Amino acid sequence: MSVIALTVNGRAHSLDVDPATPLLYVLSDDLGLNGPKFGCGLGQCGACTVIARGRAVRSCVTAVGTLAGAEITTLEGLGTPERPHPIQQAFIDEQAAQCGFCLSGVILTAKAFLDSNPKASEADIRQAMSTVLCRCFVHTRMLRAIQRYASSISNDAGRKAE
Amino acid sequence: MASRREFLKSGGALIVSFSASAAWLDRAFAQGPFGTQDQRVARQLDSWLAIGADGRVTAYTGKCELGQGIYTAQTQLVAEELSVPVARVTLIQCDTSVAPDQGTTSGSQSTPTNFNEANLAQACATAREALLRLGAARLGVQVDQLTIVDGVIGVQGDASRWVGYGDLVGGKKFNLTLSPTAKRRTPDTWTVLGKPIRRVDMAAMATGAFEFVHNVRLPGMLHGRVVRPPSVGATLASVDEGSIRDLSGIVKVVVNKNFVGVVAAKPWQAIQAAEKLKATWTPGESLPSQRDFYAQLRSLKPSRDTLLVNSQDVDELLAKASAVLKATYLHPYQMHASIGSSCAVADVRDGKATIWSPTQSAYPTRSGAARVLGIPVESVRVIFTRGSGCYGINGADTVSYDAALLSQAVGKPVRVQLSRKDEMAWENYGMAYVIDQRVGVDASGAIVAWDYEGWSPTLGGRPGYDRPGNVITGQLLGFPPAAFTPRTPAPEPGGSLNNNSNAVPSYLAGCIAGRCGGAGTVKGERVLSHSVPSPFFTGPLRSPSRLQNTFAHESFMDEIAAHVKADPVAYRLRHLSDPRLSHVVQEAAKAARWEPRPSPRPGAARTGVASGRGISCVAYEGDNGYVAMVAEVDVDQATGQVKATKFFVAQDCGPISNPDGMRNQIEGGALQGMSRALGEEVTWDDHKVTSIDWRTFHSLTLGAAMPSIESVLINNTKAEATGAGETAITIVAAAIGNAIFDATGARVRKIPFTPERVKAALDARG
Repeated sequence: MSVIALTVNGRAHSLDVDPATPLLYVLSDDLGLNGPKFGCGLGQCGACTVIARGRAVRSCVTAVGTLAGAEITTLEGLGTPERPHPIQQAFIDEQAAQCGFCLSGVILTAKAFLDSNPKASEADIRQAMSTVLCRCFVHTRMLRAIQRYASSISNDAGRKAE
Repeated sequence: MASRREFLKSGGALIVSFSASAAWLDRAFAQGPFGTQDQRVARQLDSWLAIGADGRVTAYTGKCELGQGIYTAQTQLVAEELSVPVARVTLIQCDTSVAPDQGTTSGSQSTPTNFNEANLAQACATAREALLRLGAARLGVQVDQLTIVDGVIGVQGDASRWVGYGDLVGGKKFNLTLSPTAKRRTPDTWTVLGKPIRRVDMAAMATGAFEFVHNVRLPGMLHGRVVRPPSVGATLASVDEGSIRDLSGIVKVVVNKNFVGVVAAKPWQAIQAAEKLKATWTPGESLPSQRDFYAQLRSLKPSRDTLLVNSQDVDELLAKASAVLKATYLHPYQMHASIGSSCAVADVRDGKATIWSPTQSAYPTRSGAARVLGIPVESVRVIFTRGSGCYGINGADTVSYDAALLSQAVGKPVRVQLSRKDEMAWENYGMAYVIDQRVGVDASGAIVAWDYEGWSPTLGGRPGYDRPGNVITGQLLGFPPAAFTPRTPAPEPGGSLNNNSNAVPSYLAGCIAGRCGGAGTVKGERVLSHSVPSPFFTGPLRSPSRLQNTFAHESFMDEIAAHVKADPVAYRLRHLSDPRLSHVVQEAAKAARWEPRPSPRPGAARTGVASGRGISCVAYEGDNGYVAMVAEVDVDQATGQVKATKFFVAQDCGPISNPDGMRNQIEGGALQGMSRALGEEVTWDDHKVTSIDWRTFHSLTLGAAMPSIESVLINNTKAEATGAGETAITIVAAAIGNAIFDATGARVRKIPFTPERVKAALDARG
């Protein structure tokens, strides 16, 4: 065991854990967060995704020790039901879920990708999403929601450039 | 009927104070209530509805949200029938302490059960009539002088005279039985039902605020993991507890016959302990070879045979026919493969058990858990708590038993989530199928006789109330699965037509003793099904057997149409008698701007990318939803890669509760059907299942090429409401297969349509 500092959704934590513990269990058990989910434990489906150091990270296969000092954002760290983040609002507007279990993977993978590639093409987005699964197959709505968010940030980027 | 006075003097407050967002999390009830039987009697209005002093409506349902949107639709139903805003309705679903026992949320039965003239819908109608009677008495006018707006009953033309629901019955029981004559609101007057209301849980899901069963956390809760056998049928020889002695956090190793589990303080500790625990197993019998499994299915014994129709003249008609066509269709075992592995939390202490479970079957799971735990059923409470989408019986029931057993062993609350492999290797798979089809056509090209013979393997299934051995945990504990009852030969069909999961093709007249219940015109008909023992557990997977049978029927219908050089749409219509099924076929064709001509497409090149279109349709279970689809595909003839580009779906499921919800179900069903058609297959070796993760079981990712989907919703308000969640998925494989044929002239009769199989079919073209 060792003490590891993490900033999760803007809050600093100091945790006494085995540094080999995958981040997912620290987030869901020690910190009681609901966003990141155990889907496969193998980094294959995306359900456990969080954003760490600006990148989408599969928390089920990432040892917490490797993220010491990192800033981590989970799905609930983006927004709330009352004040959703624009990408979450896009999913609400498109009604882009059925069971909703996969949404951490879908939303956070898309957000991390688009934030660093605001002018990504539809093909680029598909490529970025090619390791994320939704077993209810809400694919078309989800891609519409992602595209909606992409349009909003690329417009913003365009305005800033002008 | 009760007078106003009787009404008011009866009963105390019924409503338990639940929060709308997390009713199941009410920890105060973690150890009860258990014995509130009177609230669950389905003919009692109070089993379904309660109205608080604040006018809030609490409704209780035995049909649960699995991702299909039924929570929102049922909320709309209550809001509509009682004329209250959606936000004023709280729906409590599938908690055995308060909700009525409605069996299992399955079989596309939630809408037919709760939206027609019974159950929840009728309870709402009964309550509305009762409220109007009370309002009339309170306001001193006749019922027909009253209006209701947002839960307030007022006198027409006199804005000063009104009374709210809360003032009339707030906190009291109705003490009424459901009235069979209470009038439902009619679709032409709907303001909430029938509208594309947003899912009430969507914002919570999108922002990570939603609490799944995976997020249930109880004080002092421990974490369990199961250790399944390494191969099918293996039995436990010994467990070496010393093998995990050096790990931290271990609370207990639990062994019961062939059931093995570990309990630890932390989830990661439990996972490591389960991986490292040394258990010695005696292998079971070898599995049948997958390579020739379909051939073996035909001869597996014993068999349970069922004749659904038999006009007695099929052989004679085939002998006289102008042409006889034959084909065999093969469908693999497939799995639910939920995105989240199954999870449950149990608190078993002092002879009582509370289980937070994502089961589709709250009451049956309660009974099964009681057997597994060896305690009375009255001592078990199951609180349905949402898991990930299930599409049928995934690991939800078995993991509920796992959690209960481990909690009982340690006397503390235990959360169990299965590993990905334990989910995939041991769930109840959708059944494999071998289907032989044969028809005779006359000189005009019309079908005169249709002969179906199908084989499918079964083992276990839903545990129901008394068969925990139908899933892996129960079997490991020594409970037997449901008995297989051989029956050969099949008795002649009697009574009314049994569609038997669409084993009966839509084009058959379906006549038994002169009464014809089929959707088609073909009177020379024989449908014979063989159920044989399965080496793996099986169970309902979205559109169980209906999908496999319909793949065979709709592919074969296309083959027949091609043989007689008929347009596939016109040829279907020529053999259909059911107007609703014909209508959806016409509507799908219209949406797709279907060009009438035979398949394959004339003049198609044999190289490069070829494009084609295919149609298929089904009357789901004969009368539980009508759907047709046109698929357009591109086939890369160099690789055999198939890409669906457009789907057009027309659907008639009676009056539509929520058009956007229905579209979501159509779209999800269509794409899940595409994934199943193109890539999904359970695989195994001599001893064990080998499709155990997302590398070995192939689900189309968010990055896969997806077709556009145009849904044509036929809002048939004159008909009864039917299911709508399993319709579209049923017809996708055939629509794609027919489009591949249209594009290339190659017919693929084996699911999934992998590039290798498509390429082989392309290479086999003459």
